[in-house]
Amino acid sequence: MFGPTARTVQDQLVERRVRVGLGLVTAVLVLPVVLILGVLVVKGGPMISMEFLFSDPTNGMTEGGIFPALIGTVWLVGFALLFSVPVGIAAALYLSEYAPDNWVTRAINLAIINLAGVPSIVHALFGLGAFVLFAGFGTSILAASLTLAVMTLPVVIVATRESLQAVPMEFREACWSMGATRWQTIWRIVLPNSITGILTGVILEVSRTAGETAPIMFTGAAFFLPFLPESVWDQTMAMSLHLFVVSTQVPDVPEALPYGVALVMILMVLTMNALSIGFRMWLRGRRKW
Amino acid sequence: MAAPSPARPGARDLAWAGDKLAQGVIFLGGISGILLVIGIFVFVSREGLGFVSNGLDLREFLTSPAWRPTSNHPTFGALALMAGTASVTGLAMLVSVPLSLGAAIFIGEFAKGRTRELLKVLIEMLAAIPSVVWGFIGLTMMNELIIDVFNVPVGLNVLNAGIILGLMAAPIMTTIAEDALKAVPDGYRQAAEAMGATRWQVIWRVVIPAAKNGLVAAVLLGVGRGFGETMAVLMASGHSINIPTSPFDSVRALTATIAAELGETAVGSEHYQALFFLGIFLFVVTFAINLTADLVVRGIKNG
Repeated sequence: MFGPTARTVQDQLVERRVRVGLGLVTAVLVLPVVLILGVLVVKGGPMISMEFLFSDPTNGMTEGGIFPALIGTVWLVGFALLFSVPVGIAAALYLSEYAPDNWVTRAINLAIINLAGVPSIVHALFGLGAFVLFAGFGTSILAASLTLAVMTLPVVIVATRESLQAVPMEFREACWSMGATRWQTIWRIVLPNSITGILTGVILEVSRTAGETAPIMFTGAAFFLPFLPESVWDQTMAMSLHLFVVSTQVPDVPEALPYGVALVMILMVLTMNALSIGFRMWLRGRRKW
Repeated sequence: MAAPSPARPGARDLAWAGDKLAQGVIFLGGISGILLVIGIFVFVSREGLGFVSNGLDLREFLTSPAWRPTSNHPTFGALALMAGTASVTGLAMLVSVPLSLGAAIFIGEFAKGRTRELLKVLIEMLAAIPSVVWGFIGLTMMNELIIDVFNVPVGLNVLNAGIILGLMAAPIMTTIAEDALKAVPDGYRQAAEAMGATRWQVIWRVVIPAAKNGLVAAVLLGVGRGFGETMAVLMASGHSINIPTSPFDSVRALTATIAAELGETAVGSEHYQALFFLGIFLFVVTFAINLTADLVVRGIKNG
């Protein structure tokens, strides 16, 4: 008498099928990550050695290592952070702590979404027009870093704004009622309570910046330059452009070499991401409010 | 009884001055996003508008497939490049829309605990792979795969770039779609469950209709990603000027054209200006896509 009706049985069958189907769809989406990593490790793994990491490319880039590209990427990312982190944090502070709900704020939010959505090659054109030519920096680490900074600014802003907004309003109110100014509250209360979240965003930005190719192609990265940069006015090699060059532009490269470069790059990026994810989980466990 | 005196004379004035200064600096940071977007438009236009004033043949640009910037009588027809971008982006959406929306529903509504966390991390890893590495994957693994499976001579074509781009656009679509599903109030779900609906009936009849605008915005942002991707398309599409008639044709995209040719042009030349003009076109289209996505999302809040 209380048994399931035919209709219920039918509904539950559909339910099970949908669940399995969607699970399969999700698996199809994430499977490539595993496959790609696997192939890169198998084919590129044998390339990786201390010599590969710490020596210059030789013989028309068909032999030798990737040291100048590795160091070049460190320079580019470092200077990009120098510009984007302060500006990004200021922008996030404005949006989280000051911004009234008006059209300026809406315009800022829209601008940030757009900045993240502008094609990377258009950022490259902007970098060339604004920094290389107009500001007269020439093709240099400075121009390339600035271009990267503009491009990855939204990452810092969004992550910082989220962690600022996670600080409870009561913390601020308590501070204000002691007679502190807005800035004193931000400096002594809001920032110290959100610094780990901000760091998570910065690490994520490092990973994004290190992988970008198009924005640095015409602003400061060189195809082949087996010297380490000495100042921000120099050009430099970079890992991302190096992978493009050895896989498409140079004849007679042994097959394993670009796999090795790709593997080093992806390990670099994934380590950063793992750090960022781990940080976030630790933070979630620790938060007391 | 002595009158209370401030601990440090003037400390309060100093604090107020500091506060005003900080407010000014932070406001500048706040509007930096607006300034940069305007700056991008101004500087790209500054280099590219010369192409318009030097007798741009708009009809040729929009209707001719002949992009021959270096011939003796250069022609700048962008139709084939637009067809290349459109075909690759279109195929990418065929790949990524079902995968992303399916994954978003599974992760947001069905998966629990560990599985859910693991899937989210894997999606994040998918998003972390740099575009030049995707291009390399298209050039090597996907190329071999397509040659083997479809028995064609060359595997660098619309199909290759479309699949690669689809996988690249999927993480952002999945994340935004999942957020949209999460934004549907639990009360809606509980009301439907109380009527005896199965979980899938709740999702299909209640959650998805309620999250519709967010899902549309997710797809639009994915389209924007695909449209603007540069390095992966450059490496995986075959890079030959062509109006494709099958997924196995090689094509060339607007973005890839700029990346491949800008290095060989003289600053200020007609070819150089034409490439910047393509840049203006890309900027305007992505701006329109992002603006539409924003308006669609705003629609949720107003409706």
